[in-house]
Amino acid sequence: MRATFTHTLSELADRDPRVLLLTADLGFTVFEPFIEKHPDRFFNVGVSEQNMLGLATGLAEAGFIPFVYSIATFASLRPYEFIRNGPILHHLPVRIVGVGGGFEYGTAGPTHHSLEDIGVMRLQPGITVIAPADVPQARSAVLATWDLPGPVYYRLSKDDRIIVSGLDGRFTLGQLQVIRQGQELLMIAMGPVSADVVAAAEVLHEQGIECTVAVVASVNPPPTSDLVALLGGFPVALTVEAHYVTGGVGSLVSEIVAEHGLGCRVVRCGVRESPDGITGSPQYLQQLHGLSPTALVETALRAIQPRRTSNA
Amino acid sequence: MESLSSRRIRQIILDQSKRAHVGHIGCSLAIADIIAALYGEILNIPSPDDPNRDRLVLSKGHAALALYAALFLKGWISEADLNSYCGDASLFGVHPDHSVNGIDFTTGSLGHGLSMAAGTALGARMQRSGRRVFVVVSDGECNEGSLWEAVMFAAHHRLANLIAIVDLDGQQAFGYTSEVLSLTPMAERWRAFGWDTHEVDGHDQKAISAAVASLDISDGPPHVLIAHTIFGKGVSFMESKIRWHYMPMSEEEYRQAVREVTA
Repeated sequence: MRATFTHTLSELADRDPRVLLLTADLGFTVFEPFIEKHPDRFFNVGVSEQNMLGLATGLAEAGFIPFVYSIATFASLRPYEFIRNGPILHHLPVRIVGVGGGFEYGTAGPTHHSLEDIGVMRLQPGITVIAPADVPQARSAVLATWDLPGPVYYRLSKDDRIIVSGLDGRFTLGQLQVIRQGQELLMIAMGPVSADVVAAAEVLHEQGIECTVAVVASVNPPPTSDLVALLGGFPVALTVEAHYVTGGVGSLVSEIVAEHGLGCRVVRCGVRESPDGITGSPQYLQQLHGLSPTALVETALRAIQPRRTSNA
Repeated sequence: MESLSSRRIRQIILDQSKRAHVGHIGCSLAIADIIAALYGEILNIPSPDDPNRDRLVLSKGHAALALYAALFLKGWISEADLNSYCGDASLFGVHPDHSVNGIDFTTGSLGHGLSMAAGTALGARMQRSGRRVFVVVSDGECNEGSLWEAVMFAAHHRLANLIAIVDLDGQQAFGYTSEVLSLTPMAERWRAFGWDTHEVDGHDQKAISAAVASLDISDGPPHVLIAHTIFGKGVSFMESKIRWHYMPMSEEEYRQAVREVTA
């Protein structure tokens, strides 16, 4: 998504002189197209994420739309209080771009695994939180949100090729996207792990189990109406995210089920404990935490088994 | 409109602190002369919503009462506003909020203001505006690493329209800076980071104004005034005493303090 983000931002910068790009020393081989076209609107501020957020707050107060960029952990957690006391408290249009959510930085280790960025961002009032599932949706999401009046957090993938079947680049703020229809189980996914959910749904289909798969990219504002409508039609829903099960889409769905008194059981698939000392590829780490297609199929079968047994 | 003097600012600080029965008196008194110089002579603010007005970030937000006093004396907030200080449903808390007419940035967490000020200064330069950005930081605040991130950025980008004023009173919340975390030599530290550094008496308004007037704000490095101040300045029993970072005044302490600042 990084290349698409860069090209999209460069197009926006062509149209609007307010668009700026700041990075805390990351983006090698990513930002060159933007820098070549808009050298005076690009700032590598050095390894100083707190300062980057403070600068962006001042620039936004002056009328600019600054996009600030780093690895998701460094973009969200290190300057978190600067985000809260800056663009949040001042209602300013700072865009925080965190790249490599979940385990995408695999072997880089736990300092680079972003497992709580959505949760901490979703806590704050007035911030739009966007987690696209694939490359075309990332472009649509940026185009739909870049000039919102308040702050935005984007959780972007490093993967420049990821495509989620059935999504077709759709994105609407405050809505979810249904990418597969089925009657037996509802699966709600956030981010690129949606592709693994589709793969799991395909395996379940081969076993005669039809799933509805929905993608939540507009985490805040949440797709409340869509979720209420969907959840009301299923006895059980799986939420899937490369994130701790607390704070992300699993929490969001559980809150909506509870607040609306829905009779849907929620099974949250995600990270439940800190992966101390364990490293490896993103695929390995996702499998370790039950997020591979195979693991998701097993969880889905366990989730629907009581109902299937009682119906028998 | 009343005349804007450090004497009136000090009296308002004492009156409001006594009425609200709150502390943070000494740190507000320490910058009364700096605030008087800024709002009396230095800042170019035709109106608080003029987009090309000079900006002020009170990064040491815990001294907001001195700022409220100046805004009142400028006629930008009312006496009722002032009298709501630390009351329920008031916009006027211990730390300043940007919702208040005349306050550009919400502060209160130390180490944040200079980076916002640097962004504002960079924005002004990109817009080819002549507005200047002032930021008042405390010496204890210089413990914060984030402040030095902004110091480096401003120097690297030669933000000549950025003017920091360090309130060097030698105190922080829980002790003297020399005992908690030494900041000596303050001026040499800023100079080493590439700032145009000046030392002034932080209680001499004329010297502060003259120092600012001498700065080249169109080109060159950012500027810092190391303002030597006395914590609690003007009230003998508060001067350089840690407890007056926290304590409210008794009736007798209030009467004596007012006698001294109005003498």
